Amino acid sequence: MLRSALPRPLHPFAWWGYAIGLAVAASSTTNPLLLAGLIGAAIVVAMSRRGSNPWANSFALYLWLAVFIVVLRVGFRILFGGGDGPTVLLTLPEMPLPSWVRGIRLLGPVSLEAVLAGLYDGLRLATIVVCIGAANSLANPKKLLASLPAALYELGTIMVVAVSALPQLGESLQRVVRARRLRRGSAARSRRDRLRAVETIIVPVLSDALERSLALAASMDVRGYGRSGSGGRRRTLALGLGAIGLLTVWAFRFLAGSPDVRLAGVPIVSVALAAAGLGCGVAALRVAGRSVRRTQYRPIRWRWPETLTVLCGATAVLLVTAVAEPTVVFPAISPFAWPSLTGPLLLALAAAVLPATLTPPPSMPKVAP
Amino acid sequence: MIRFDGVTVRYASSDAVRLRDATFEIPEGELCLVVGPTGSGKSTLLGCINNLVPRFTGGIRTGSIHIDGRDTTLLQPRELATTVGYVGQDPLAGFVTDTVEEELAYSMEQLGYGAAEMRRRVEETLDLLGIADLRDRALRTLSGGQQQRVAIGSVLAVSPRVLVLDEPTSALDPIAAEEVLATVSRLVRDLGTTVVIAEHRMERVIEFADSVLLVGEEVRIGPTREVLAASPVRPPIVDLGVRLGWHPLPLTIREARRAAAEQRRAWLESPPPLPAPAPGGRPVLTAQDVVVRYPQKLAVAGVDLVLRSGGVTALMGRNGCGKSSLLWALHGAGRRDGGTVRPADGARIALVPQTPADLLYLATIAAECAAGDATAGLAPGTTLSLLRRLVPRIEPAAHPRDLSEGQKLAVVLAVELAGDPDVVLLDEPTRGLDYSAKAELRDIIAAMAAEGRSILLATHDVELVADACDRVVVMAEGEVVSDGPTRDVLAGSALLATQVAKLTNPTPVLTVREYLDVAR
Repeated sequence: MLRSALPRPLHPFAWWGYAIGLAVAASSTTNPLLLAGLIGAAIVVAMSRRGSNPWANSFALYLWLAVFIVVLRVGFRILFGGGDGPTVLLTLPEMPLPSWVRGIRLLGPVSLEAVLAGLYDGLRLATIVVCIGAANSLANPKKLLASLPAALYELGTIMVVAVSALPQLGESLQRVVRARRLRRGSAARSRRDRLRAVETIIVPVLSDALERSLALAASMDVRGYGRSGSGGRRRTLALGLGAIGLLTVWAFRFLAGSPDVRLAGVPIVSVALAAAGLGCGVAALRVAGRSVRRTQYRPIRWRWPETLTVLCGATAVLLVTAVAEPTVVFPAISPFAWPSLTGPLLLALAAAVLPATLTPPPSMPKVAP
Repeated sequence: MIRFDGVTVRYASSDAVRLRDATFEIPEGELCLVVGPTGSGKSTLLGCINNLVPRFTGGIRTGSIHIDGRDTTLLQPRELATTVGYVGQDPLAGFVTDTVEEELAYSMEQLGYGAAEMRRRVEETLDLLGIADLRDRALRTLSGGQQQRVAIGSVLAVSPRVLVLDEPTSALDPIAAEEVLATVSRLVRDLGTTVVIAEHRMERVIEFADSVLLVGEEVRIGPTREVLAASPVRPPIVDLGVRLGWHPLPLTIREARRAAAEQRRAWLESPPPLPAPAPGGRPVLTAQDVVVRYPQKLAVAGVDLVLRSGGVTALMGRNGCGKSSLLWALHGAGRRDGGTVRPADGARIALVPQTPADLLYLATIAAECAAGDATAGLAPGTTLSLLRRLVPRIEPAAHPRDLSEGQKLAVVLAVELAGDPDVVLLDEPTRGLDYSAKAELRDIIAAMAAEGRSILLATHDVELVADACDRVVVMAEGEVVSDGPTRDVLAGSALLATQVAKLTNPTPVLTVREYLDVAR
């Protein structure tokens, strides 16, 4: 067995690359069969390759969110109409609305076209949500943040601290609420009494949290946090501000449609502004990153399964956007035509489901102590 | 290794000097035990070693500090990360990451160690502290002792020259504390790291301490026996040795047993008259078949308990054996899933929770006391005068958060006592209290019992139980495993015996005071 195929977590960037590919493919189609197939592929991959971490269990939440989106979209079409066509399925009693809410209708005739449009649209958004959910449950968010440029390291620290601080806050809230029952408090009669009751809970909880955060700050400092120096901070700031300024001017010009000098069909000023802005941004990150000398414990290395996973996502995008015929990718609603799957779309689905077998399985399940 | 030259510390919040002109030197590879009464500046001194004081606490520090031949007076704590490893009282408060392995690697990540070196050191540290089987457990799911071992490991991973431990076991139960101190003693022998430790379970550390640093009006360092003989706080065995003039001063039970051999033989031939437990008063609280069941756990499994007026009962047992659940169920504020709790006619019950500060939310102590008066319907000032009786030196204008643990406990106790309860339940009141604060607590308990109240306190502190309680109830897995007079329960058990009881076994003498009384 190849070393890179041994059980191990896959690089988080690979999972995100794959999931974003799937999401892009989903966003450029309304074919319900293809969308359902993409959702299926994401579920298969997520189920077979997610670890046993707390974030891995978040996938079910995304699935419920997706169901909710579809139901909401279709429900809105039935309730308020919109996109109506000639094929009326059933007619609901229409609620009379005052004249000043013109353009909106409550209930009334429900057409097949309206329901289908809602369904296709909802399904598309639902697929994107499921893809993001899959990436979220497959990729270790801590490793993801650790793999970001060193200048963004603080973000990771903030997240980890927040994640561990929340349950602590919950615990101290529980403790204080329980302890409050001991002080024979008079029953809340007036509004002032009720406010007081809140105070008796909030003050101890917050002072507890404050003490804890001070202790944490001391502990981090003692263990060398922030030792790698703050050199180049001024330069980072200058470059960062420069980047923001240049990109703002570019965006303004772009949105305002300002006239530009064209050389061989290329708008010179816009391109120069955008390039300079991006350049400044990258330089700012690099300068900030150079002064930070941190390392990562057990980094995940990029090997061929990572490349293959990203390629699978890219292939799906390519097949859906460039190869398949537009009439199949966007099936007609009015007049209604049954959606179908052609060769390129089937291939795209196959590519989407491949990482379930191509990638190494997540780390071996540990035997419970 | 560590040299202090005229270090004086004064905090911004008060004019009092916390540490006065500390000048001493701790040689390399020694284990130095820091002792001193509450408020003498032990924590301040330990914080000075890696400049947490005054960098994090504020205040003014004068004098100079050298570590390993380097002047570290003006350095940031982070610059000393590879020189001084610092472990505080509450391991959970200091964790930055969420799993054991990542926590061990955290320091090294910050200091830019290479990936291979980091991996090697993490594996070594896991084995060194015996926590290899916990490697990918979440830190919050570990027991207190395991958490503290991870905390020690996380600073040891970068092999600091000095390890500073500030009361590492004060938040742990005795078994977990034992685990941590055993680890520390092994590290001292194996690694030769210089260790500076403040520890209120002194008797566990003095065996392998090379020197003792006494913090008080003046700071002095010297050989263990010499300094302890002059120290105002010392473990019971040493106290007994000093009072009886034993020479050399015994530091361990074995040494003391040798010194007391003759006395033991004399007592075997003619058993000494030991005070009998006082007869109990009328029952004020009767509990039968109390059951507390949480979704994952049966906390209390059918407990019968009768509390009598004027009685002081200790509730003992390891952490998580159902002591707290039982107290809350007896009080009525916690859950009870079965059985009955019947207070005698009109008897009131008060409970002081494990973290008394949870009950304090006003800006001053005077305000807290006034609120206590108002809710109990008493004349203004009653609670405050009660508090003054408990702790005479308290400042009514102070903020409750600025008090010591013992004073916070006293404030909550005073507020509770204002309601004139017949039964007082105390949930681990000795947590974070040192010898002198415990002595105060003992007096308070005795005063409450003399007023005819019945007291039930959950605690791990055997010495306090021997001193203050007349009855002991031991719980395990939610059930009562023994219940009887203090002398019978403590002296008859290997784990719960006091130091003096171990010394006089088989004669059940429990405390230094008793020993001196009957030996005379």
